[in-house]
Amino acid sequence: MKSFKFSAVNNPAEAITLINKNTDAAFLGGGTNLLDLMKEHVALPNEIIDIGNLSLKEIKATASGISLGALAKNTATANHPLIRKNFPMLSKAILAGASAQIRNMATNGGNLLQRTRCSYFYDIATPCNKRNPGSGCAALEGFNRMHAIFGWTRECVAVYPSDMSIALSALNANVKVLSSERERIIPFQDFHILPGAHPEKDNSLQHGELITAIELPKNDFAEHSAYIKIRDRNSYAFALVSVAAGLTLNGNTIQAASIAMGGVAHKPWRALNAEAYLKDKAATAANFAKAAEAEMALAQPLAHNKFKIEMGKKALINALETAFKGNI
Amino acid sequence: MKNNKTKLTPEEHRLFGDLMPEELEDVLHSGFNRRHFVKLMGMATAGLLASYALGAEQLFARAVEMEDIPDLIPEAIENGVTVNFKVNSTARNVLVDSRMTLLDTLRERIGLTGSKKGCDHGQCGACTVIVDGQRVLSCLTLAATCQGKSVITIEGLAKDNELNPMQAAFLKHDGFQCGFCTPGQICSAVALMKEAKEGQASFATKNISTDPKSIILSDEEIAERMSGNICRCGAYPNIVAAIKEAQTGENVPQNWLFTD
Ligand SMILES: Cc1cc2nc3c(=O)[nH]c(=O)nc-3n(C[C@H](O)[C@H](O)[C@H](O)COP(=O)(O)OP(=O)(O)OC[C@H]3O[C@@H](n4cnc5c(N)ncnc54)[C@H](O)[C@@H]3O)c2cc1C
Ligand code: FES
Ligand code: FES
Repeated sequence: MKSFKFSAVNNPAEAITLINKNTDAAFLGGGTNLLDLMKEHVALPNEIIDIGNLSLKEIKATASGISLGALAKNTATANHPLIRKNFPMLSKAILAGASAQIRNMATNGGNLLQRTRCSYFYDIATPCNKRNPGSGCAALEGFNRMHAIFGWTRECVAVYPSDMSIALSALNANVKVLSSERERIIPFQDFHILPGAHPEKDNSLQHGELITAIELPKNDFAEHSAYIKIRDRNSYAFALVSVAAGLTLNGNTIQAASIAMGGVAHKPWRALNAEAYLKDKAATAANFAKAAEAEMALAQPLAHNKFKIEMGKKALINALETAFKGNI
Repeated sequence: MKNNKTKLTPEEHRLFGDLMPEELEDVLHSGFNRRHFVKLMGMATAGLLASYALGAEQLFARAVEMEDIPDLIPEAIENGVTVNFKVNSTARNVLVDSRMTLLDTLRERIGLTGSKKGCDHGQCGACTVIVDGQRVLSCLTLAATCQGKSVITIEGLAKDNELNPMQAAFLKHDGFQCGFCTPGQICSAVALMKEAKEGQASFATKNISTDPKSIILSDEEIAERMSGNICRCGAYPNIVAAIKEAQTGENVPQNWLFTD
């Protein structure tokens, strides 16, 4: 690991003052992603600012919904009675990720900012535009079984790995961010970005900005929601495909569907085609299948991941059926 | 390690005078140190201590009392951070390089080698310890972040000579083969008992939207909740049986039997 200066801060203002002084400094949340990448020489900060002592750990009801502190742990978030009751899809998604030990360490802010698990990104001996802009993408013609089927470019075919964020996308969350100039709210759909020509950027956060909270607006589909994750082994593995789905029902009619997919793109993939198809339709197996077809018709598989199209369809159908049945 | 400067007993004096005369002056002047201890160990292995049993026993006892953590030479530490924390209820004060993980600090500086380094990347769970009541991975924890915290390792689970019930259950059910993953498995399982009592959910939990309540874990729940601890020997069925027995306090049949 490259050597670095270490300091622990006690309030957000102190954290922001320090990070503004050094473009090579990084915040440390739970450290479960950053430290791993530092050991591999993929992340090379020369200064670590430990934000673990900040008091941004509260999970509380607000006028418009619920606010999750950026430094609250994933375990505390998934198990909070307000989240289990009103956003069970989020509890499920968090609990589908990593292991109990890692969720005890991982913070909500850090989870959003975790980087891709593409093995070429991790291997500093290979080209990777995300790690080393302009060097090329080894996965495009390499082993790309785990990679994207939506929204990729020749510059980058990596997928974004967070389970939690897939639920946050379907829940239309907002990310609250603080810098020395201002506080701003980033709608979740704009938080993570597609690779385009600059895959070195995963999201729209700027250096010097601190995530302080994630806000969840109220919804009316808590009882009819689901998170489905398909992976190579039953637990402690990243998603091949995952689906978060919520259905607003009037009897058997779908008034609105909220659906996001993981393991398929450089960001949480909002299944807008499937959502559009399901609006005002009856909740039937035939309509679920047609909605899944409509979404997966957009897929552009790579050499080794065609299987994700069929898997995506089945996962979508399974999630919609589970949500319709209710009470996950 | 700070030198142990308590005056030598007559037995210890005789041992040094006969076996390490070249060290006698040093030990009388500066006290018993790590280098003396290493020499003594060498003599024990070579069988040279037979007629100095009492002196040797007293010297070994001194070594056990020496809890101070050896300072590294300043050149070996970049960006030093002083950490005050508790390990198995003993207060520790250690100056570490900012890069040092909790795992390396426990193993290399404090001498607690029970916690194992399997992968060093969060993928195996062999380094699991309990920090402020929660199971975490010591390989992905910077020691510098442990200021004021309380760490429990496998070495801290037994009370004197009485095993923690989880340790006893692992023994009864043969919850291991090579034993490398075992300290992590046991620390993980001990913390799991508290999580289940508090009603924490897992991905295998049904009806997650109901209020948290204490649960008795099924095989499926144990497998899901322990998935962060990999066992290359595949002792999983026995680990599950051990955890069931420790949780319920009831006799769970062993998966194995002695045969003639
Ligand atoms: C073996 C393994 C398996 C895993 N499996 C899964 C899985 O199946 N599903 C899944 O979703 N995840 C998985 N993970 C990833 C895990 O969820 C993330 O590592 C974790 O959520 C990151 O959170 P953290 O607080 O530890 O982040 P850190 O490592 O502390 O930080 C990550 C990044 O965020 C920045 N940062 C942190 N907090 C803030 C803030 N408040 N404001 C601004 N910047 C900030 C840091 O500077 C850093 O760049 C796995 C991890 C491991 C090691
Ligand atoms: S050594 Fe820490 S998880 Fe493997
Ligand atoms: S007992 Fe050998 S790895 Fe588990």
